[in-house]
Amino acid sequence: MSFEYPEDLKYLDSHEYVRLENDVATVGITAFAIDQLGDIVFVELPEVGDDLAQGETMGNIESVKAVEDIYAPVSGTVLECNNAIVDAPEQLAADPYGEGWLIKIKMSTLAALDRAMSAPEYRAKVEGE
Amino acid sequence: MTESLKTTPLFHQHQHLNARMMGFGGWSMPVQYEGITAEHHSVRQNVGMFDISHMGKFLLKGPHLREQLQPLVPSDLSQLVPGQAKYSVFLNEQAGIIDDLIFYFEGYTDAGLETGKLIVNAATTVKDKAWLLEHLCAEQIGFEDVSAAQVLIAIQGPRAIATLQSLTPTDLNTIRNYRHQAGTILGQPAWFARTGYTGEDGFEVMVDPDTGQHLWQTLLDAGVTPCGLGARDTLRLEAAMALYGQDIDDTITPYEAGLGWLVNLDKGNFIGVDTLQAQQQNGLKQQLVGLEMQGRHIARHDYPVCLNNETVGKVTSGTFSPTLGKAIALAYVPPSLAKPGTELQVMIRNKPQRATVVKKPFYQRAKP
Repeated sequence: MSFEYPEDLKYLDSHEYVRLENDVATVGITAFAIDQLGDIVFVELPEVGDDLAQGETMGNIESVKAVEDIYAPVSGTVLECNNAIVDAPEQLAADPYGEGWLIKIKMSTLAALDRAMSAPEYRAKVEGE
Repeated sequence: MTESLKTTPLFHQHQHLNARMMGFGGWSMPVQYEGITAEHHSVRQNVGMFDISHMGKFLLKGPHLREQLQPLVPSDLSQLVPGQAKYSVFLNEQAGIIDDLIFYFEGYTDAGLETGKLIVNAATTVKDKAWLLEHLCAEQIGFEDVSAAQVLIAIQGPRAIATLQSLTPTDLNTIRNYRHQAGTILGQPAWFARTGYTGEDGFEVMVDPDTGQHLWQTLLDAGVTPCGLGARDTLRLEAAMALYGQDIDDTITPYEAGLGWLVNLDKGNFIGVDTLQAQQQNGLKQQLVGLEMQGRHIARHDYPVCLNNETVGKVTSGTFSPTLGKAIALAYVPPSLAKPGTELQVMIRNKPQRATVVKKPFYQRAKP
């Protein structure tokens, strides 16, 4: 199965995506990961104002069959959480890169995303799995 | 996956439907086709089908077959009439559950031998076979393992009977709940059992592999939703049916598992009877209860159950119930905390989440 991976996003090994606008990173979960999880029933996110370190668990996403951690792709402070998704997690699959964003982080350093993948790199990785 | 998995005769049908496959009990089985929740609702509201050919299937024949099986189960098989089925368990000496099973008593051959089928769990098929051959009088009992040779399809849901009826001259309505009968389907020999693992009405149909493939396709064409093990798990959990290896195992007794209704202490000697008698007199240390979570967190297998920060038990199964729209779980707790309404917590990723003991099952279909 093939999914959409927008060109303007950065992708992590652990299936988060990041959209960069100046020093603000909008973080979500890729369409591939959402499909792998199946029907999503629960999303737990950090609080606004929380300080996150890159790579730490910042929340989790639960489907009928499994629970997966969500990792902070960058270090920084949580600016905003998408409470609409917390209230209706089943909507996540409909628009993972738009309405399905999870949190916005004010980044503490801009160099942090060097190891992230481009859309073609991420597609090659997950479609080879 | 390092070990090679067995495949059922319907494997290509699952591949054709783009099923997501996983290893289960040594078999490569479909977890889901379109999605667990949609498949779940199909079974509750309409009709779904499951390939359960992985289950262990034994054909038995011999003089006094039921009498020979009596010492292996806590249930009384002597009162069964031909065509009747009985859910029961094999017990070890400590009354731990070796497996749960359904015994289908068929009747008598012309020579007066009794015949029956045993259907057991996939992962325990080898263990059960060894246990049976060790305890049955081998020279008298004919034992045939048809686990890999026969297809078993479960058709479940409010429209199951009507859908299946159009494919068979056997009058399915005359086969009552927990009854079974041989007949034909699509012109081929078939065996119909009005049993299941979903909490809905329906049949489990055993046929040869060719007929099985034909039947699967015919049901698919008739609009029956193919369902995987994911939906099978959410359905059985709503119905509070135990899953072997998860809710019950060889350290758990039927009384602890809430299966006291299948124990008959007066039927004569059977393996494990002493422990069960002692438990009946002295009470239990733990028992299986239903939990309803207050929030959306899902309590999963092995999560600790707590009361005031002290661990008092553990979760054995948990999911998000598609029918109820709530997270539900089965857990072992001390009998003093087993009363419906008791407020407990489940530790989920190191945080206590509120849970309430509720009456089992979580879901019960409206009887017509």
